[in-house]
Amino acid sequence: MEKIPILRMGKFLLVTIQVDMHDRLALQLQEDLTERIVAVRARGVLMDISSLEVVDSFIGRMISNIAAMASVLDAQTVVVGMQPAVAITLVELGLSLEGVRTALNVERGMALLNELVAAELR
Amino acid sequence: MPIVSRAVLPIRSQEDIVRVRQAARESAVAQGMTLVDQTKLVTAASELARNTLNYGGGGEVEIVRIEELPRKGVRLTFLDQGPGIPDVEAALRDGFTTGGGLGLGLGGARRLCNEFSIDSTPGKGTRVTIGRWR
Repeated sequence: MEKIPILRMGKFLLVTIQVDMHDRLALQLQEDLTERIVAVRARGVLMDISSLEVVDSFIGRMISNIAAMASVLDAQTVVVGMQPAVAITLVELGLSLEGVRTALNVERGMALLNELVAAELR
Repeated sequence: MPIVSRAVLPIRSQEDIVRVRQAARESAVAQGMTLVDQTKLVTAASELARNTLNYGGGGEVEIVRIEELPRKGVRLTFLDQGPGIPDVEAALRDGFTTGGGLGLGLGGARRLCNEFSIDSTPGKGTRVTIGRWR
C-alpha cells in the first residue's frame, strides 16, 4: 500500500509530502505519524509541504489534526514550505490553520523545533 | 460562447478526486492563468469533487475551456444523482456540515471562483457550476 515516508532525525520526525494525496492517504499519514511519535518518543514533527500544490479543506484539516494530536502526545509540530499561492487560497477558502506553527523552510523549521523543545526543558 | 475543449470525468473514488484536481490544473494552465488563479480553481474543484463523492454518492464533472476573447476561462460542472440539498442557503454557510467535515467546501468554492451556481432538487440530485476567468 502507498504510504508517506516518515523519517527520524534524532528526537524529531520529518515528513515530506511529495504526492498529490487522496483522502485515505492523508488519514493514513495522520495515523502513522501518531504511532511513530509514541514509538520513538519524538519531541517534534517537521512537516514539509513545499511540494504540495493544493491544500483543500480536507488536507488543511489533516494538518491541524496532526498538530493537535502531536501536542496531546507531548510533541511540537512545525509546518514548513507552504507555497504562496497555497497560502492565499487557504485563507480565502476560510482556513487559517490556527494553532499550527509554521516556518518558511526546513532549516528555519528545525531551528524553531529546537527552540520549542529547549524552552520546554527550561 | 466558443468552447475550446470539453472533457467529462467520473467521480466514483478518492483517486478520481485527485484526477479532477489534475485535469482542472491542466485546463487552467492551458488558459494561461496565473499560479494563484490556478490554485484557487483547483482547490474549489477539489472541494466540489469531494462533495459529489461523499454527499452525492458519486457522479461526474464536465470541464470546459472557454474563450470569449480577450477573456479565457475554465468552467466545471459537477453533477450527481444523489439525495440533493434541502436547504441550499444553509449549505452555503461556512461551518454547515452534515458529514462531519469543516463545512467550508461549498461556500469556500464559491469564494474561490468568479462564477458559481447551484441547482439542487431533493431526491433528484445536485448540479454545481463554477468558473474562473483569466
